[in-house]
Amino acid sequence: MPESVSNITAQMPRAKLAGLLLFFLGPAVAIYTLFSIYPLVATMALSTYTSDPSGGRHFVGLANFETLLGDALWSKPFWNAFSNNLIFFAVHMCVQNPIGIALAGLLSLPGLRLKGLYRTVMFLPTMLSVVIVGFSWNLILSPLWGVAAGALKAVGLGSLFAPWLGLESSALVTLALISVWQFVGIPMMLIYAALLNIPEELIDAARVDGLGHFRIFLHIKLPLVLPTISLVSVLTFVANFNAFDLIYSVKGALAGPNFATDILGTFFYRTFFGNQLQLGNPTMGSAVATVMFFIILVGLCLYLFLVQRRIRRYAF
Amino acid sequence: MRRTFKAAMGAELAALALLAGLASAQAGSLKIESWRNDDADIWNSKIIPAFNKHYPDIKIEFAPSAPKEYNAALNARLDGGTAGDLITCRPFDASLALYQKRQLDAVDGLKGMDNFSDVAKAAWQTDDGKTTFCVPIASVIAGFIYNKEAFAKVGVSEPKTLDEFHAVLEKFKKDGTYVPLVMGTADQWEAATMGFQNVGPDYWKGEVGRANLIAGKEKLTDPQYVAAFKEIASWAPYLGSGFQAQTYADSQNLFSLGKGAIYAAGSWDISTFRGQAKFAMGAFPPPQPAGTTDCYISDHTDIAMGVNAASKNKEDAKKFLEWLTTPEFATIYANSLPGFFPLAKTPVKVDDDVAATMVGWRQTCKSTIRNSYQILSRGTPNLENELWNVSAQVVNGKLTPDAAGKQLQDGLDKWYKPAK
Repeated sequence: MPESVSNITAQMPRAKLAGLLLFFLGPAVAIYTLFSIYPLVATMALSTYTSDPSGGRHFVGLANFETLLGDALWSKPFWNAFSNNLIFFAVHMCVQNPIGIALAGLLSLPGLRLKGLYRTVMFLPTMLSVVIVGFSWNLILSPLWGVAAGALKAVGLGSLFAPWLGLESSALVTLALISVWQFVGIPMMLIYAALLNIPEELIDAARVDGLGHFRIFLHIKLPLVLPTISLVSVLTFVANFNAFDLIYSVKGALAGPNFATDILGTFFYRTFFGNQLQLGNPTMGSAVATVMFFIILVGLCLYLFLVQRRIRRYAF
Repeated sequence: MRRTFKAAMGAELAALALLAGLASAQAGSLKIESWRNDDADIWNSKIIPAFNKHYPDIKIEFAPSAPKEYNAALNARLDGGTAGDLITCRPFDASLALYQKRQLDAVDGLKGMDNFSDVAKAAWQTDDGKTTFCVPIASVIAGFIYNKEAFAKVGVSEPKTLDEFHAVLEKFKKDGTYVPLVMGTADQWEAATMGFQNVGPDYWKGEVGRANLIAGKEKLTDPQYVAAFKEIASWAPYLGSGFQAQTYADSQNLFSLGKGAIYAAGSWDISTFRGQAKFAMGAFPPPQPAGTTDCYISDHTDIAMGVNAASKNKEDAKKFLEWLTTPEFATIYANSLPGFFPLAKTPVKVDDDVAATMVGWRQTCKSTIRNSYQILSRGTPNLENELWNVSAQVVNGKLTPDAAGKQLQDGLDKWYKPAK
């Protein structure tokens, strides 16, 4: 029987072990520190300063946060962006992930032909640049030359068409659905991979017991992939609260109409980099970024303590 | 999943700064920072060669960034000490902040600065008007560009008053061939810049109203401002269907494809239309409200150039800036970029007929700059941002003109205290 790894490392001279650790972990730690930890800490540090017109910076402690959350001029747009972000997230949870699960379930059906083709086609939008996605959907939904109006008219639903991207009531949900269209491939692939891991014997046994495809999926496969589904939910949460690019490319930094599509990302961008005549305010922008970080952190902690620990995993 | 945009932004800025650093200028050469990447060709093939006829030894590199990221990239390079010698100046506070941080030098001593009027220099002066820190290059004029063929077909002529304007629009609507007025509200600034700031100056008497607003003698809730909002609110029935989702690029295409009759325009649109539109075009100034006699146009100072205080080659940079004040530069600039009008006092002959028409309005109407630009967009909430937002909402019919004025004034009152 080969010697186990822990024995090997235990017998190693300390210097050699340290060298080994440095060799394997060093690059990752260095890169992660340089590009993730350092910017994060620097951002938090910057958020405790304010700058004067001559360019000098002064330490102000938590004053930026008091302004951001306590002064209606800042807190109103902030909470508006936050609640829009929640809607954005809710649409992804209610539309993207169920569709992703359903597609994965269909793809994993035995005897399905052209599996590879479907998989590729459905994953394709994920690899497109957001700018291209924004531009294409802008054209598709355009009331002037979009195909959406014509397509609806062709099936007798022409009266349902509206300039969705321009209306306060529908712009945010429309953008969220465009984002769903783009990223639905990710939950699909992750869950599909998890479904493939389920042993054939389980499925066969169920079939022998007389279950059809749908009930097999509902009662056997779905409970077994729940850990992956919760992982997908957490990835969606993090990605949605960091989202920015689609809104910026379709609606610009002012996220109109009347800030109906403003999410934390665009709010941060305006604060940090400015917009037209609004000068960028790096210190206040850092405060916004820090609050965004804590929102995501709190969300992740809730998930870890309330969900992750209760999930049962099955080993095959 | 997605990269976070913060990391992407940071990396981009760092890369830009690094590139700029590697290409840092040696003596005898100058580098120009600009957001006009559309014009790179004209700078390289016309403007710089013309300058080199006088000063063959000075090598000039035109190094533009994308307009959207210019301010951020420029600030990063100035802070990092890698910015070019000549800085293209945005109007008002963006450049004023650079001067206050001692990153731009004063240019008052330059030969030829007396060639510019006070209004021309206002966008690049300290609040007291004593120091100028950029040499004015050009302004843009707002008005309406129209399709001459459409006007001939429907049998209407250029409207002089708002009543005539509405009659023309109504006629186009009845005819049904053309979208009567091309403007969208999806990008918001169109409604503010080509709507409110375009027809508004006639109501608030241009510079008079602008100065009164800054002095606190007028409020945005006053009848003249509400009336301007009422006017743009009345355009909604004449805009293209689904104008709420019509972007600026959509508007440009709609008009240059010949599907629109009248286009709420900025003069910078001329060069785009020249390249694409196949029909004859004309332009008319904002039609006048009933009972007014003087006309005013939005003749907005938009672009200037200053010298980087940290430049190693200020001697040559100043020679270039002095050349910018000459009629020779003004003539080349005005004719290579129709729609950007030189600010020097010496009149310049413009060949493009639409551009010549628009610059001709300077003779009959009084010029003014956009009233939200000087001083009033310094605080939070930012007046210009608010103006984009409420103008789009007014045109969309989501906000009444009175409520729009009130929202703007309330926002302004929160931070702005006029000097007594």
